[in-house]
Amino acid sequence: MSEEQALAHNFMTLTFAAKSENESFARVTVAAFISQLDPTMDELSDLKTVVSEAVTNCIIHGYDSDSTGTVTITAEIEGDTVTMTVEDRGHGIEDLDLAKQPLYTSKPELERSGMGFTIMENFMDECEVVSEPGVGTSIRMKKRIESKKALYN
Amino acid sequence: MNLQMEMEHHRQVLIVRFIGELDHHTADHVRTKLDDAIHSRQTDHIVLSLKDLQFMDSSGIGVILGRYKLIKSKGGKMAVCDATKPVFRLLEMSGLFKIMPIYESESDALSSLEVVS
Repeated sequence: MSEEQALAHNFMTLTFAAKSENESFARVTVAAFISQLDPTMDELSDLKTVVSEAVTNCIIHGYDSDSTGTVTITAEIEGDTVTMTVEDRGHGIEDLDLAKQPLYTSKPELERSGMGFTIMENFMDECEVVSEPGVGTSIRMKKRIESKKALYN
Repeated sequence: MNLQMEMEHHRQVLIVRFIGELDHHTADHVRTKLDDAIHSRQTDHIVLSLKDLQFMDSSGIGVILGRYKLIKSKGGKMAVCDATKPVFRLLEMSGLFKIMPIYESESDALSSLEVVS
């Protein structure tokens, strides 16, 4: 494998307690990993927001704020594209279409805005949710980092 | 806590400056502090000053909307000002500017709120 190919592939896994303190840890860590693709400030900030949304969903909805649960993030870099999964082994989502509706929230009493999925779908190129009630939820997202593309051309 | 709030009264308008990160973890603190300010002091209107807000996600939108409903139920107004580009985009995506104005600076927000009151 040439040095260039070796650089073009990379991955990481992060597992942590489902505590709200860790939301900031998670987004900063993922951002640090992705910085090797030399993203723009806007791209980096979008990715941080997306990680924050996904992790917050795991904590609030997956585990009902029970911090004994764990959240796992994997991130993989393939060329100029980053693929992330954010996973919990919590309650799962009964009605995925409803959950994805902008402004819909199952927890209005917590003043949730219902914008989490909308933001993830808007900020990423691809966004796919797999959920099974009683088993957990996994969200897989993909984004091409544009600033790197310029270097390839 | 990754978030600090500075509060300053200009007559009946409360200016709240956010410094740091507004997410699910810091949202409760913001909710409590703003609700106290809205209830206990002479706050008719609120300006959220966002220049030093380095990060915000949908949890922040939820808190802002909640406080908006509260101040509106008291007959007051809310405005935001000085948002960074990422925060501005998030507010825009959430449709927040359909219900409250955004200004470039605190003084713009203040003069506009003082005119209406």
